[in-house]
Amino acid sequence: MSSQKNQETPPTDTAITDPHHWVQNHADYLYSYAITRINEEDQARDLVQETFLAALERLDKFEGRSSERTWLTSILKNKIIDVYRKNSSGLGKKMVNLTVEEQDQDFFDPYDGHWKKSHRPEPFGIEDHDPLMNKELNSILKKCMQKLPALWLSVFTMKHIDDETTDLICAELKVTPSNFWVIIHRAKLNLRACLQKNWN
Amino acid sequence: MNELKNIIYNCRKATFLIEKKQLTVLTLREKVELRIHLTGCSICRLFQKQSIGINRMVHELFHSAQHKELKLDENYKKKLQERIEEQLDKN
Repeated sequence: MSSQKNQETPPTDTAITDPHHWVQNHADYLYSYAITRINEEDQARDLVQETFLAALERLDKFEGRSSERTWLTSILKNKIIDVYRKNSSGLGKKMVNLTVEEQDQDFFDPYDGHWKKSHRPEPFGIEDHDPLMNKELNSILKKCMQKLPALWLSVFTMKHIDDETTDLICAELKVTPSNFWVIIHRAKLNLRACLQKNWN
Repeated sequence: MNELKNIIYNCRKATFLIEKKQLTVLTLREKVELRIHLTGCSICRLFQKQSIGINRMVHELFHSAQHKELKLDENYKKKLQERIEEQLDKN
C-alpha cells in the first residue's frame, strides 16, 4: 500500500481519495443512507465507522473509476446487506417455508382464492392521486414496514429502494427465486393492509 | 382452460401477478390471465392502484430522506476522523 511515515506528501492513492476529509465530506451522506435502511441510530453510526475503517484497509483497491462517495457507499451497502442477512436468519426464514396457500390464508379464501370479506381492499386515499407525503403518512408507512418480518423487509427494501437485481437478492439473502416472489407478494399484502388500517 | 378459469376467479394469483408485473416482465400467458381477471374484478383493480401508489410512496420516502441528509452528531464525527487519522498513522 502507501509509504510509511510520509505524512507530509500524501501517497499517490490518497491523491484520488482523501481520507483526511472523508468524515467532513461523506459522513452525513453515509449516515442518512444507512439510517433510512436500517432504522436504528446506533447501528447506522457503527456502520458508518466500519465503512471508513474497511475503506482504509483497502485504499489500494480504490482505482478512481468511481467517485470516492460511490466507492464508500458500495462498501456501506455490503455492510447493510450483512445486517439484513443477520436480522433475517431467524424467524423470517421459517415463515417463508410455509406454502403459499398457508401464508395467504388470512387474506384469501383457501378454496377459491377470493379476497376474504374482512380483508378486501377499500379506498383509503392513495388510489387516484399521489397523497401529500406529510409527516404523519411517512411515519405510518415506516411503522408498517417495520412490522414486516425481517427477511421480508430486507427483500422489500433491496428491491424497491435499492433496485437490486432479483438474482443478487436471492444470492445474498439465500432465498430461492420462487420464495422471493412469494415474499414480495406477501410483503405488499401486509403493507397495504397495515396502511389501510392505520391511515385515517 | 381449467387453469385459465382458475386465475379468472383467483384473487390470490392475480395480486401475485400484480406485484410481479411491477418488478419484471410477465409472460404473455400471465399478461392475458391478469388482464382477464382485472376486467372482471374491481377489488383487484383497486389493489393494483394502491400497490402502485405504495411503491411510489416508498420510493419517495426513501429518496427524499436521502436528500435531506440527516446529520451525524458533530462530536461523533470528530472522533471518527481522529480514528481514521490514527489508522493512517499506523500504516
